[in-house]
Amino acid sequence: MTALGDLVRWLSDPANWQGSHGIPVRVLEHIELSGFSVLVALVIAMPIALYLGHTGRAGFIAINVANIGRALPSLALLAFGLVIAISLGLGLGFWPTVFALVPLAIPPIVTNAYVAIREVDRDIVEAARGMGLSEGQILRSIEIPLGLPVILSGIRTAAVNVVATATLGALVAGGALGRFIVDGLALQEYDQLMAGALLVALLAVATEVSFGALERATVPAGMRVVR
Amino acid sequence: MAERAGATVELREVTKRYGDTVAVDRLSFTVPAGRICVLVGPSGCGKTTSLRMVNRLIEPSSGEILIDGQNVLADDPTQLRRRIGYVIQQTGLFPHQTVAENIATVPRLLGWPKERIQARVDELMKLIGLDPERMRRRYPAQLSGGERQRVGVARAMAAEPPLMLMDEPFAAVDPIVRERLQNEFLRLQRAQGITVIFVTHDIDEAIKLGDRVAVMRLGHLVQYAPPAELLAHPADDFVAQFVGSDRGLKRLSLLTVGGVELAPVDRAKLDGAPVLPSSMSLRDALAVMLSSEAQEAPVMDGDRYLGALSLQQIGRILRVDEPA
Ligand SMILES: Nc1ncnc2c1ncn2[C@@H]1O[C@H](COP(=O)(O)OP(=O)(O)O)[C@@H](O)[C@H]1O
Ligand SMILES: [Mg+2]
Repeated sequence: MTALGDLVRWLSDPANWQGSHGIPVRVLEHIELSGFSVLVALVIAMPIALYLGHTGRAGFIAINVANIGRALPSLALLAFGLVIAISLGLGLGFWPTVFALVPLAIPPIVTNAYVAIREVDRDIVEAARGMGLSEGQILRSIEIPLGLPVILSGIRTAAVNVVATATLGALVAGGALGRFIVDGLALQEYDQLMAGALLVALLAVATEVSFGALERATVPAGMRVVR
Repeated sequence: MAERAGATVELREVTKRYGDTVAVDRLSFTVPAGRICVLVGPSGCGKTTSLRMVNRLIEPSSGEILIDGQNVLADDPTQLRRRIGYVIQQTGLFPHQTVAENIATVPRLLGWPKERIQARVDELMKLIGLDPERMRRRYPAQLSGGERQRVGVARAMAAEPPLMLMDEPFAAVDPIVRERLQNEFLRLQRAQGITVIFVTHDIDEAIKLGDRVAVMRLGHLVQYAPPAELLAHPADDFVAQFVGSDRGLKRLSLLTVGGVELAPVDRAKLDGAPVLPSSMSLRDALAVMLSSEAQEAPVMDGDRYLGALSLQQIGRILRVDEPA
């Protein structure tokens, strides 16, 4: 019970809510770091996945890239990111973490977007093509809207993974919520450590929940209706 | 109503090979403008492949397809397809779009002004018997199978194409609805003057809808003829078997009572026999006469007595097409 008491005391201490080391700043840093990493992953992965899904090419790779992604150890990625960032002169903290998080986010985005497009009823696509929609129009106005919930669920998986893993950024002198955990551990301040862990967990859950709501909201009208 | 006449379609030696298999083998026929050509044959005989070569969803291995004399290969495929209506079995309606949006697909692609699109959608919905006010905003999932099929046909007709391709469009609905859809479709097609190539595996549907019927087998065209001729003179045993041993009866359903030679029997002698309107099919007349045990029955064109039809007469017509 004392641990819980310590945690509550740490969280309710106004000093921990203020300044550049306070909770709000760390939460914002965490969101910024995660959001940016997911965005970069989207820009890289989405066009490829949509193209492969539309043409049906490289299906085996697109589907299995998710498994490869799961097998990549986050710490190894971080080390890798650090080397790249330093050699590019981007320093510690933000960039090495981004380089570690992007490869983590890409696989679920690719796999889900690929499957989302492939699973659109081929009859519907053939009817669209037969009526004279161009390939781009088929993708934009048929395949993406119909596949959107599945596409988003891939982004959700990526985002939740990234939010959880962004904690590691503190190991390479980054900010964000990982700071509390790493510092708490180093200084043996377990209240700070636990608060950091709790905040990361809450942020991950919040990410999960809001993406879930977004997925439900994007189920196309007409697929939702019940006779 | 028919602002534009249908197109003439000509296939010349059209062949499609997949590796060693020949899906369609030197297929040649001409569909006159404004007529319905039905491709019929057992599953896998190459009907769908033939149809999809016309709008270039499949590219022929060799041969030519001409629409109003112009080679389809000369055109950009998407431009070509916007001028050709296309209906498939499961309709392929877009589930995330309303009935009105679905019907408006090709006019939108062609950049019609909004008012013209809306007017055309309303016109078509009325033509297919769907109340625009009530049904415009429905989604496909909110329609019955028959309604979906009607919307599929309306969508294909929306931009007034001179040619429509239909691949087993009525196969997935129950027989009663199918019959209604067929009748409606015939009415629409006649009114709009569109040329149609229609695929089915159902010989009865082919006979009912076709101005010409192309019987296919293993990628070959076996016979290309109007339905009555197909029934009267099947080209070979395969066609005879395919049209069915009851082809004589089927042929009766294509002939009307007023179209046969009637006996000049005294009207008074036919009292008590059922009266046959001249527009009645011979098949229905046969049923009426058999059930009322009449050997002869008077044929009337309105109030005018045309002559007597006898069971012997019907028998003679049936015998004409005994296999040689
Ligand atoms: N993409 C394809 N690859 C190989 N063979 C095909 C392909 N499409 C169709 N076929 C073959 O061509 C023949 C004709 O097919 P299809 O035109 O679909 O027949 P139908 O519509 O009359 O049932 C069949 O034997 C089928 O297996
Ligand atoms: Mg077929």
